Amino acid sequence: MNIFLVLTFSGVALGAIYFLAASGLSLIYGLMDVLNFAHGLFMTLGAYAGYEVATRLPSSLGAPTLIVLAIIGATLGGGLAAGITELVLIRPLYGKPISQILITIGLDLAVVGLLMGGFGSTALQIPVPLWLIEPTHIGGVFIPNANFLAIGGGAVVLLGLEWFLSRTRYGIIIRAGVENREMVRALGIDVGRAFTLVFVIGGAMAGLAGILYTIVFTGDLVSPSQGDSLLIFAFIVVVIGGLGSIRGSAVAALVVALLQEYTSFYIGGHSGWAQIGDLSTVLLLAVVLELRPRGLFGRVA
Amino acid sequence: MTNAIEINDLHVTIAGSHILQGVSLIVPSGGVTAILGRNGVGKTTTLRAILGLVASSGQIKVFDHEVSSWPTHRIVRLGIGYVPEDRDVFSGLTVEENLRLAESGAEVQYDEVFSLFPELKKRGRQRAGTLSGGQQQMLSIARALLNNRPLLLVDEPSKGLAPKIVGEFAGVLERAAEHSTVLLVEQNLSVVKRLAQRIVVLDHGEVVHRGEARDLDDPTLVRQLLGVTGAA
Repeated sequence: MNIFLVLTFSGVALGAIYFLAASGLSLIYGLMDVLNFAHGLFMTLGAYAGYEVATRLPSSLGAPTLIVLAIIGATLGGGLAAGITELVLIRPLYGKPISQILITIGLDLAVVGLLMGGFGSTALQIPVPLWLIEPTHIGGVFIPNANFLAIGGGAVVLLGLEWFLSRTRYGIIIRAGVENREMVRALGIDVGRAFTLVFVIGGAMAGLAGILYTIVFTGDLVSPSQGDSLLIFAFIVVVIGGLGSIRGSAVAALVVALLQEYTSFYIGGHSGWAQIGDLSTVLLLAVVLELRPRGLFGRVA
Repeated sequence: MTNAIEINDLHVTIAGSHILQGVSLIVPSGGVTAILGRNGVGKTTTLRAILGLVASSGQIKVFDHEVSSWPTHRIVRLGIGYVPEDRDVFSGLTVEENLRLAESGAEVQYDEVFSLFPELKKRGRQRAGTLSGGQQQMLSIARALLNNRPLLLVDEPSKGLAPKIVGEFAGVLERAAEHSTVLLVEQNLSVVKRLAQRIVVLDHGEVVHRGEARDLDDPTLVRQLLGVTGAA
């Protein structure tokens, strides 16, 4: 029971990060039909932006302040990178899906290469406050405090995103655009602005996911390829949850992460096959695609 | 009097099919002009081309602005309300959200719209996808009327609706036409006769007749142009 509780907390924390990574990807595809393979890059750039903030600002600010500023920096860095990508590279290529895929893959490869050139391929350590490393005693087990940071971050973003999409005019435009982009235009609305906004929001969430993943799961180490490994699971979550559905992404992220944690430990731990957790998510994807091709909460194609 | 729309030698090709083959027509300001024709002759495509929703060649002027190369939202902001053929309400949004999305500028006429369609006020929180066909058509027309647009493009408002409801919508469009120019695509001849002053008949992507709505009183002409009897 104790192990199950630890795995559950860890799974929910991982699910929160998957949600942050996937929801932007889902909105971007749902609204613009853009398969954004540079989304992993936004996670990586967010983590590096956070590293730069945490290491360049004076340490006299204190570790708690520095990590808060690093998280804000990661979020802004991801959003900025995504906004520039949409305006410069994606905008001229709307309606050209193959070109979009190629350019986003190319961008990812090029910038990851630049990061390796600039920062080296060795992982870099972000200084974090002691509290994040210490555990909290719950139900007879010790849960790392970093898990609560990820869960809290995911929950705040989910609530914020739900509020934005349901209460603001731009949120309504985005929901309507996911459903019928042409009719939104026919109401006199410039969908291009909504496209840029969605890219910025998606990139900001990816940046946040990047630094939270660093703090919770990589031992505070930032590396150039970490976003790409997260991107695979983000795509699995998006497809299972349903393209364009935020709630779908949230539910699917939790299901995928918990399944991954449980199978890694209960099956992989006994068999010595650690990758069984990753494989289980792909099998889940295959089952969902077979039974419900549009995902759990997706629109009818 | 300036014209609301002037189209000259309009061509549209979709997926290899040459849908519009040199359409030229004028919609004078004021009143209702109806586009008629058999299924698949390019009536809906003509409206979509005016709005920039399909790629086209030729000249399209709206209120004297050459709009052929404009993006849709810019054309619509000239003052166009659009009621599409399949209503195209946003099914995942509530009635209120559908209307909020259509708001443009300061002159939003909720009182006017709710007096025409009190049902929509009662169902403000209901998802549009759960409305009946008639209620969805109310919402689609309400979106177009919300901002007091000087030009309305209305595509088959009677499609799939019961005769009683069709009569109610015709009444609403009749009132709208008192202050807006209406370009109406419609197959229901009784609706056209009630609303329109002018008609344009399309066949095989070309204009084959321009005239007054009273031309529809000639059963021979109706049978010749539309392949139906004038009693519809």
